[in-house]
Amino acid sequence: MTPGTAEVPYDPITRLRWAVADCWTMTLRILAHWARRPGQVAVGLLFPVMIVLMFGYLFGGGMAVPGGGDYREYLMPGMFAISMLFGIETTFTAVAADAAKGVTDRFRSMPVARSAVVAGRCVADMLNAALGLAVLILCGLAVGWRWHDGWGRSAAAIGLLLLLRLAFLWVGIHLGLVVGSPDAVVAVQILVWPVGFLSNAFVWTDTMPGWLAAVAEWNPLAATVTATRELFGNPTGGGSWIAGHATLMAVVWPLALIAVFFPLAVRRYARLDR
Amino acid sequence: MTFAVVAEGLRKRYGDTWAVEGFDLAVPEGTVCGLLGPNGAGKTTVVRMLTTLLRPDGGCAAVAGHDVVRQAAQVRSRMGLVGQNAAVDEILSARQNLVMFGRLSHLGLARARSRAEELIERFDLAETGGKPVKQFSGGMRRRLDLAVSMILSPPVLFLDEPTAGLDPRGRNEVWEAVRALVATGCTALLTTQYLEEADQLADRISIMDTGKVIAEGTPGELKSALGGDRVEVVLHDAADLPAAAGLVERATGTEPSLDPDTRRVGAPVREKAAALAELARLLEAAGLAVEDIGVRRPTLDEVFLHLTGDARDPHKEVAA
Repeated sequence: MTPGTAEVPYDPITRLRWAVADCWTMTLRILAHWARRPGQVAVGLLFPVMIVLMFGYLFGGGMAVPGGGDYREYLMPGMFAISMLFGIETTFTAVAADAAKGVTDRFRSMPVARSAVVAGRCVADMLNAALGLAVLILCGLAVGWRWHDGWGRSAAAIGLLLLLRLAFLWVGIHLGLVVGSPDAVVAVQILVWPVGFLSNAFVWTDTMPGWLAAVAEWNPLAATVTATRELFGNPTGGGSWIAGHATLMAVVWPLALIAVFFPLAVRRYARLDR
Repeated sequence: MTFAVVAEGLRKRYGDTWAVEGFDLAVPEGTVCGLLGPNGAGKTTVVRMLTTLLRPDGGCAAVAGHDVVRQAAQVRSRMGLVGQNAAVDEILSARQNLVMFGRLSHLGLARARSRAEELIERFDLAETGGKPVKQFSGGMRRRLDLAVSMILSPPVLFLDEPTAGLDPRGRNEVWEAVRALVATGCTALLTTQYLEEADQLADRISIMDTGKVIAEGTPGELKSALGGDRVEVVLHDAADLPAAAGLVERATGTEPSLDPDTRRVGAPVREKAAALAELARLLEAAGLAVEDIGVRRPTLDEVFLHLTGDARDPHKEVAA
């Protein structure tokens, strides 16, 4: 009858094993959520596809690629990065909902490794991002986008995109823990859209007024967009310093975001007992 | 006597206000302690501190012999938490929840699965099948909540308003489940706004108001503290209340209390038979239509109102 108490281990090896096991259980929980709500997952995956079709065919006719070229070739790397940005909403909503409904408190009241709650979210959301990216790449191939510079450079581009998602993940976790109410996702959306549009994801910064172009180019998203365009061999643009160091900045920006938001999120989680 | 839950001078401040200020409690092993108080009395804050969810600003507390701050991890593997502070996953089914929480309790997959089956059986959750928790009735959901908190058969169980928001049927289901758990020897701390609930389930009751315990005892002791038996009349017509109050005062020699909502007049009595006979005669002579008349011991409601001040009607707090 009695299942025996799970005594908290003192030795670091067992503790680490517990932490990994708990993280995996948390990940499985989120995967089970997907399996139970395939519709919601599908909407999340197909929404960026809809935007591709909208921009590619609806607005795309009015876009002229500098140096001639297909707008959809230009658009796709922008969309890849934008879909990483949209991930903030997924992370935010899930973290805030768990906090608001008391699920986070249930975990905190159990002998669960402290890191596992957040780490499980991290693993699951990165899987979700990879899946979303795969769908979007297939969509790109269907609308005529190609990578031109081989597998190696393409893999590097995908790596940069996932790094960006990892950075936004910690932004989402931090905001979700601070706000603690999934309804506030509207506010996050209001934040996400201007950040997405005020970049080079859809249009050339050359067409913007000088000051706006500068803001758009220094947008963390823009560095990843330019870098992936270069790595995939798609049309790119802009001759500013930051555009010239896009690959460097596509590493620096996400690392900087992680350096700020990872400790903030961890601190916030540790201080839920205040 | 060994105590499963001990708190001494526990304090918690939010901004400038003390939510809990000098809270003391000692719950002997194997008993049920009812923590009773209106909204805002600090009950939930106390439970959050005892279950390691909230760090106290002062004082100390121990659960199952372990300090809730310095040995939080040991406390967590020895207690279960049910109620408004700890939810189950709404998207998953009962079984998925139990297996997940079992794995998080480090039972291992096989043991977590068999434990889930045991608990589904014991808490009568088989009918829920693969339905997500979101579609459960209130009572089923709370039973699952109890089942989850019992995965490790913890020696101490915290029930934070376990029947809040349930209909009478759901409430009975939860009461049955709690009684069954307590019968296995577990210690429970139950917070509630419902006096009846504390009366039904608790061995001892601590009444809490504005952050501290203001009275403590068995339900019987608390009731006697208010002065023994009362004579009570329920009138047919609320308009007769003042007239009836005058008669009750004449019959008992003490000032009666009136409750217009229930058309009730009552007063404490010593010579209960004589007072009752006298009152019946007076009412009859005055020709007042009486629905009910009798002598009874005070309810916990009255103890509660007496202690927390009449301005604070617990029923109104519940409705708010």
